[in-house]
Amino acid sequence: MSETTSSKHVSFLQYKGKYKGILGWILSTDHKRVGLLYLYTMLVFFSLAAILGLLMKLQLIAPGYTIMGPQTYNAMFTVHGIIMIFIIVVPGLPAVFGNFFLPIMIGAKDVAFPRLNLASWWIYVIGILVVLTSQFVGGWPDTGWTFYAPYSFQTPANVLPALFGAFILGFSSILTGINFVVTVHRMRAPGMSWFKMPLFPWTLYATAWVQILATPVIGITLLLTVMERVLGVGVFDPALGGDPILYQHLFWIYSHPAVYIMILPGMGAISEILPVFSQKRIYGYKAIVLSSLAIAFVGYFVWGHHMFTSGMSGRALYAFSFLTFIVAIPSAIKVFNWVSTMYKGSLNLQTPFYWATSFIFVFMIGGLTGLVLGSLATNVHVHDTHFVVAHFHFIVFGGTGFSFMAALHYWFPKMFGRMYDANWANTGWAVFFSGFLTLYLPMFYLGIQGMPRRYYDYLPEFHGGNIISSLGAILMIAGAMIIIVNLVRSSRHGQKTSDKNPWGGRTLEWETDTPPTLENWDEIPNVTEEPYEYK
Amino acid sequence: MEKNSEPTHVHRDDEGDKMGMWLFIFTELLLFGMLFLMYAVYRYRNPEAFYLGGKELDVFIGTLNTVILLISSATVAMSISAIQKGRKKQALLFLGTTLTLALVFLVNKYLEWGAKIEYGFYPGGEALLELGHGTILFFGLYYVMSGIHALHIIIGMALFIYVFQQIRKEKVHQTDYVWLENTGLYWHLVDLIWIFLFPLFYLIH
Repeated sequence: MSETTSSKHVSFLQYKGKYKGILGWILSTDHKRVGLLYLYTMLVFFSLAAILGLLMKLQLIAPGYTIMGPQTYNAMFTVHGIIMIFIIVVPGLPAVFGNFFLPIMIGAKDVAFPRLNLASWWIYVIGILVVLTSQFVGGWPDTGWTFYAPYSFQTPANVLPALFGAFILGFSSILTGINFVVTVHRMRAPGMSWFKMPLFPWTLYATAWVQILATPVIGITLLLTVMERVLGVGVFDPALGGDPILYQHLFWIYSHPAVYIMILPGMGAISEILPVFSQKRIYGYKAIVLSSLAIAFVGYFVWGHHMFTSGMSGRALYAFSFLTFIVAIPSAIKVFNWVSTMYKGSLNLQTPFYWATSFIFVFMIGGLTGLVLGSLATNVHVHDTHFVVAHFHFIVFGGTGFSFMAALHYWFPKMFGRMYDANWANTGWAVFFSGFLTLYLPMFYLGIQGMPRRYYDYLPEFHGGNIISSLGAILMIAGAMIIIVNLVRSSRHGQKTSDKNPWGGRTLEWETDTPPTLENWDEIPNVTEEPYEYK
Repeated sequence: MEKNSEPTHVHRDDEGDKMGMWLFIFTELLLFGMLFLMYAVYRYRNPEAFYLGGKELDVFIGTLNTVILLISSATVAMSISAIQKGRKKQALLFLGTTLTLALVFLVNKYLEWGAKIEYGFYPGGEALLELGHGTILFFGLYYVMSGIHALHIIIGMALFIYVFQQIRKEKVHQTDYVWLENTGLYWHLVDLIWIFLFPLFYLIH
């Protein structure tokens, strides 16, 4: 390689910009650096919230007071929820892998608004800091992450910063959404028509629309709750004529679509990984695209299924239950597509593939138990029990978490120019997966038995299931530690690779340098093929 | 060596920038949309109190502010036309007029709110709490909705000041004026929301 070409091909990790050291990162508008900033921030807060989760499970290992009292327990599940939802899974895959790979996969040099992109990260960090002040000043909030009225403006705990912080985090989410929609519309490489776009960008596009159209609703709802607490406006306060059920409606009008903000990009990542590790065309490309858009659309109209016991007319109940069943269909279509993609493929059993297939397994359990909750009669029985907790974690942790891990291992060599240690990665996956199932499967049983959620204590007959579940939590955290330590170590000391395409993928990110250069391309690629043309 | 520093290519896409603004306007519409939804719910439940509440508001100031905003929307549009023709001074003049009108709107708002707050008519205020639930809700929504709208006016004014500087420094000019156009789009939205707030609070009896 001649002198000039080598100096031209400096990776995005290496280049020196206007600023040096850490400033070169936190002030860089390069989409890849912004993506990694999100990754590191999430790593820190995921670890924190996971520890809170572990502490809760340790409390539940025996009935009565084990390591904490009721007030601490209430604060723990609130903070665990706020961090995991608003700081980890909502930004989740779009913020990390969307930022890093969306421009590369559509053959662009950066997102449409690079400075706005960096601003989103800063707003995200400011939001986190505001949320955190509630933990240190005036007592942890104890409302649960849902901030239900009227308790959220009656409790003496310090809910205000948490509400306002979540409001700020919403801004970050909206700006990322706007950025991605414009990027996809305006910056696709020549030749990349809509139906030649890979599936991960497609799901990011659908997600971005949900971010734009749903997040303002939670924004105004949280803001009104702030005003309710500070000024006593009365809109949610029954003592002043307001209606707390209206709060629930507004909250879930956002928060149900938010579930699809969490899961859709995960589905996109899985749709990238399976064809590569089967060396086969994705089965039903258009069906996956259209079902993603269908999920994004129908997802708006099912919020009422969170409120079956809150008080609604019978007709509304039937409609919401029916629509809930409808929204399950596009997800089922995807599962069918993924399984068919693997059928008769030449499978390459690597860590990302293990994560992807275990994703399908846990996602199916999560999805089918969702139907139990979506049916009116069974919902009343398991409402607000551990069944809901198990279902939720199977979808949000099993769905988003597993696909995040799959994506992280899949794109790891491209992002860092180093290979992770495959043995440790596989061990981590096996321990984590066993721990996950041991932790959450007993909760279904406990829920059907009637154990309510959000209590620090329980009746003696629930003891058996809780012991298994708590031991599972310890196992899962051990698995998570193996994975995180392995990845952090490998990103610094792993075997160096400059192989552009270690897995044999056909999408554009495997045609750039490893790791990519500052503007990804010397020359914008011209796309002629469909994205998954395997021989 | 070029690749060794921060991005050197200048990516310019006016269509994309305007698209971004329109998407942002969607989010604003949803934000206010939820407030209108709440207004509808509570008006349906408390028709009497909302009827009487509306009579308490000063239709004259409301009308005046509506006219002010409509004119300001026109002046910002004229400012865009001026910059398209390369008439910098004229563009600055129209933009300055818009800014002044926005300020007048806020002064009116201040006088209107001030008079009510003096009598204890504000959320949590004693005079208001003595009245029925419907009235509390009417004035609660009145303060919240016109307050959030006023906040948008202030943000708009900050944008006008920024763009004013950019035009003066020739950063925004005849061939590159998307900043002014987007600020104008935003201002029309702020205007439009007031067009709905005005009849809902002041006129419907």
